[in-house]
Amino acid sequence: MIDHLLHGGPRYWAWLAFLCVVIAIGFGCYYYQLDYGLGVTGMSRDVSWGFYIAQFTFLVGVAASGVMVVLPYYLHHYKMFGKITIMGEFLAVAAVTMCVLFVVVDLGQPSRVLNVLLYPTLNSVMFYDIIVLSGYLLINIVVGWTMLTAESNELPPPAWVKPLIYISIPWAISIHTVTAFLYSGLPGRDYWLTAIMAPRFLASAFASGPALLILIALILRRVTSFDPGLPALRKIGTIVTYAMIVNIFFVLMEFFTGFYSQAPGHMASLQYLFFGLDGYGRLVPFMWLAAVLGIGAVIALLFQRVKQDERLFALALGAIFVATWIDKGLGLIVGGFTPNPLGDITEYAPTLPELGVTLGVYGIGFLVLTVLYKITVGVREAQLSPETAQQAATAEQASPEQLVAEAAH
Amino acid sequence: MRRLSRRQFLSIGGLVVVGASASQVMSALARDEKAPVATATIRYAMVIDPAKCAQDPTCRDCIDACHKIHNVPLFAPNAQGEETDKAHEIKWIWKATFEEAFDEQEGDNYATGGMKEQPMMLLCNHCDNPPCVRVCPTQATWKRASDGIVMMDFHRCIGCRFCMSGCPYGSRSFNFRDPRPFVQEINTSFPTRTKGVVEKCNFCEERLAQGQPPACVEACRQKALVFGNLEDPNSEAHKILAERLALRRKEHLGTRPQAYYITS
Repeated sequence: MIDHLLHGGPRYWAWLAFLCVVIAIGFGCYYYQLDYGLGVTGMSRDVSWGFYIAQFTFLVGVAASGVMVVLPYYLHHYKMFGKITIMGEFLAVAAVTMCVLFVVVDLGQPSRVLNVLLYPTLNSVMFYDIIVLSGYLLINIVVGWTMLTAESNELPPPAWVKPLIYISIPWAISIHTVTAFLYSGLPGRDYWLTAIMAPRFLASAFASGPALLILIALILRRVTSFDPGLPALRKIGTIVTYAMIVNIFFVLMEFFTGFYSQAPGHMASLQYLFFGLDGYGRLVPFMWLAAVLGIGAVIALLFQRVKQDERLFALALGAIFVATWIDKGLGLIVGGFTPNPLGDITEYAPTLPELGVTLGVYGIGFLVLTVLYKITVGVREAQLSPETAQQAATAEQASPEQLVAEAAH
Repeated sequence: MRRLSRRQFLSIGGLVVVGASASQVMSALARDEKAPVATATIRYAMVIDPAKCAQDPTCRDCIDACHKIHNVPLFAPNAQGEETDKAHEIKWIWKATFEEAFDEQEGDNYATGGMKEQPMMLLCNHCDNPPCVRVCPTQATWKRASDGIVMMDFHRCIGCRFCMSGCPYGSRSFNFRDPRPFVQEINTSFPTRTKGVVEKCNFCEERLAQGQPPACVEACRQKALVFGNLEDPNSEAHKILAERLALRRKEHLGTRPQAYYITS
């Protein structure tokens, strides 16, 4: 099956080359960071986690969301999701890969990372997070690859893979729950010290991850002959809509608890993020953009007309993706550290090297995703009749970058 | 004798591994972290008298003494020898306002007497129930059973900074760059640090081992800092706390901090 990687049009190779350039830039920035220390980032004594840990948190959600296509298909035999399930599993593989890399680039002493295994510490949530994340990565690689091999050989999948699929469902919930526990168990950080953190993480994950999956599928059905079917994508769109409504509801509940109780700690971070505090408010425009995009997209998606129009559909999903990314990949971590335990404010902004490393990690993630999807699409195209395969070859001439840009607009 | 198939051998082997690790998990969960405290004969604590400290507002003797013997770097100092690179500052003991130290008592203008105008010396609280120790994934920071000091292994720390998020007092600093070129005068009897690790006050455990008091206590001319064993009824620290009302930072979080600020 791997031979499918070697056959592709010029656009395919250009995309791979582009990713390699991005990754090379990331490596360069990371080398600089290794040499100097984490002082090259925008992180500080007060905001001691920044962009890296925020991306990690966001991507754990994307990884967990694979369950939103796996569960209906395998547990409820919802046949419509048949073609997209492997896509969900492979998206999870790419996302967890990026999660692991984001944690590693955030370490001050990455060469000592094995100390986590040499001195396993059962009272640290991080220990459990490492276990559930590596387990989830393994499960999705094995399940995705086995199902694809079976499909390629036109045979039913082996029986042993079924229990593994069933395990993967609660496992997906566990990765984001444990990740939420990293934050919600800390006594001194009021913005994070909330029992609703794990449910909120899951709700935003089940909005952002499937939204990304649909966007990728919409691109794939234009540049390749692979088509999971628009009705299936619209159905996932319904899941995204409901998850986003729950997510917005949870955020509003945080507002009520903070501002009605008037407990200073429970208001301070929300004040900083949405209204500015003591004259500091760097994230205010971003948070309101997220609010407008998120609420606007949910309202739009309630109309059938929006879901029927492919462009509007993609636009609404893109808005939800951006909104959840701002909430979790920007506001959540910085908000938790602001104000600091002494009530003072140090503002955070990522630096250029920090953004370079971040892009490099995303580049590696997209490379993994491209490789896995290329094989999947190759397997499926090989099963098509020669005429359709011919059409597929011509369809591949469309530029993926163009379509990514289109989807982003 | 029945021979095991490879599949059976692997499943039995797997079960043994799972069982062995489960027993580890159970024993760790069953461990009562409070138990050693009740039986300990030493519980070190710092008793701070801000009123005495206020007698000389420009004094920074304790800070200088501590940072000198512990090889704490000074980035971009100004003319007064104060840190200006606040974002990457390393500090083991420092001066803060009452509002910063006790932000939850901001509206309290009466009960705390003159404390609102006094400087508060902040340092690691050496909590009896330290969140930083709970979250560390490598046991690079731990509470010493013999005397309650929250210790730090600079060589095991992986620099994940989970402890900094866990500490509700902002008492931990991270080496965002190589500190060695910025140490004024290296004390060879105490380790310097590398970039990428966390550090904090250690109650001068290296001096205690030689029967000396912490450097900050020794340096303070106003005798505003009293260090002692609270389990010993004859210690000065114990006697002061028996007579005078003291505040502790964020007591409601259940960390049981061991830095006491006596009210005037």
